[in-house]
Amino acid sequence: MDPLETKQTYQEYVDKKSPNSPILKNCFNAFWVGGLICSIGQVILNICKERGFDTQTSGTIVSILLIGIAAFLTGLNLFNKIGKFAGAGSLIPITGFANSIVSPAMEYKSEGYVMGVGGKMFTVAGPVLVFGISASILVGIIYLIFNTQSITLV
Amino acid sequence: MVLKKLNGPLSRYFDQTLDDEFWGEKTWEKAESKIIKETVNTVINKSGVPADKIDCMFAGDLLNQCISSSFGLRELNIPFFGVFGACSTFVESLSLGAIAVEGFAKNVLCATSSHFCSAEKQFRFPLELGNQRPPSSQWTVTGSGAAIVSKDGQGPYITHITPGKIVDMGIKDANNMGAAMAPAFADTLITHFLDTGRNPSYYDAIISRRFRTYW
Repeated sequence: MDPLETKQTYQEYVDKKSPNSPILKNCFNAFWVGGLICSIGQVILNICKERGFDTQTSGTIVSILLIGIAAFLTGLNLFNKIGKFAGAGSLIPITGFANSIVSPAMEYKSEGYVMGVGGKMFTVAGPVLVFGISASILVGIIYLIFNTQSITLV
Repeated sequence: MVLKKLNGPLSRYFDQTLDDEFWGEKTWEKAESKIIKETVNTVINKSGVPADKIDCMFAGDLLNQCISSSFGLRELNIPFFGVFGACSTFVESLSLGAIAVEGFAKNVLCATSSHFCSAEKQFRFPLELGNQRPPSSQWTVTGSGAAIVSKDGQGPYITHITPGKIVDMGIKDANNMGAAMAPAFADTLITHFLDTGRNPSYYDAIISRRFRTYW
């Protein structure tokens, strides 16, 4: 074996030796579980519409139900098992967002309700919120500069 | 003392095994304190060296301010040196303990503990988070070990100590600690062999931590 003298040769050696994630299997599981979650959402949406709610209200009901189910499954210690299997399939839909807030809230409950649950609840979801909201402000400003006409129309 | 991992070749050497990660306590941190406390009580009982004959103790764990050790061992009333060496805490305790025995002490207690759940909580993500671990990620053991280093006795003895240098080969992946630590391990071994003039065949076993089988 060649001596691994520089950081770069060592990094290459590590990359070669480290086991890779089973990408095909992960993608397949993420695809069908993610699709299933979205289909459940669509079924709820259609039921709501049939019962006479408008599209926007129906969408809100879907979000509330999916968040509620994901939070409940997190509490039952089941969501992490689904997540381990499905990866991005359960993490990317709104279920993953619910899980990312409920899981630290559960874990840090032992440190008290204020400093524990309150203080640590957004440790995982925090970056998503910060950059999500920042991005929306940025996009809003760009929209304001280049598309003032349509804003007056709205 | 260890949790669950009873299928390994060392399983029959553990004094006690636990069935759940709380061990009757409300939090993982309290459970870890209890684990190290009971481990130290076991070593004191087995060695026959009472706590008031122990001159000082070197102990540590993975949590902030070494809370498992300091809360677990507070009732012993023994002068305490807190040690943080992460994976190397136990060997570091033994090394410092041996140096203390060479110098001023007659009996030194060396101990360490770790807890999978409390370590994950502190360093990574909540256990309930639905994410995936890469195949190279490490698993922290839930368990504790303790030893008493004495001036006299029948051995085994600590004859040489080769403290490792910090060898940073620039690994940035926090989930691949084996790759980050392997260069330091190799460097320590080479230093030890050069220092003592021995070669690997001199030893029955060379034991390290934190390396998975593919290394």
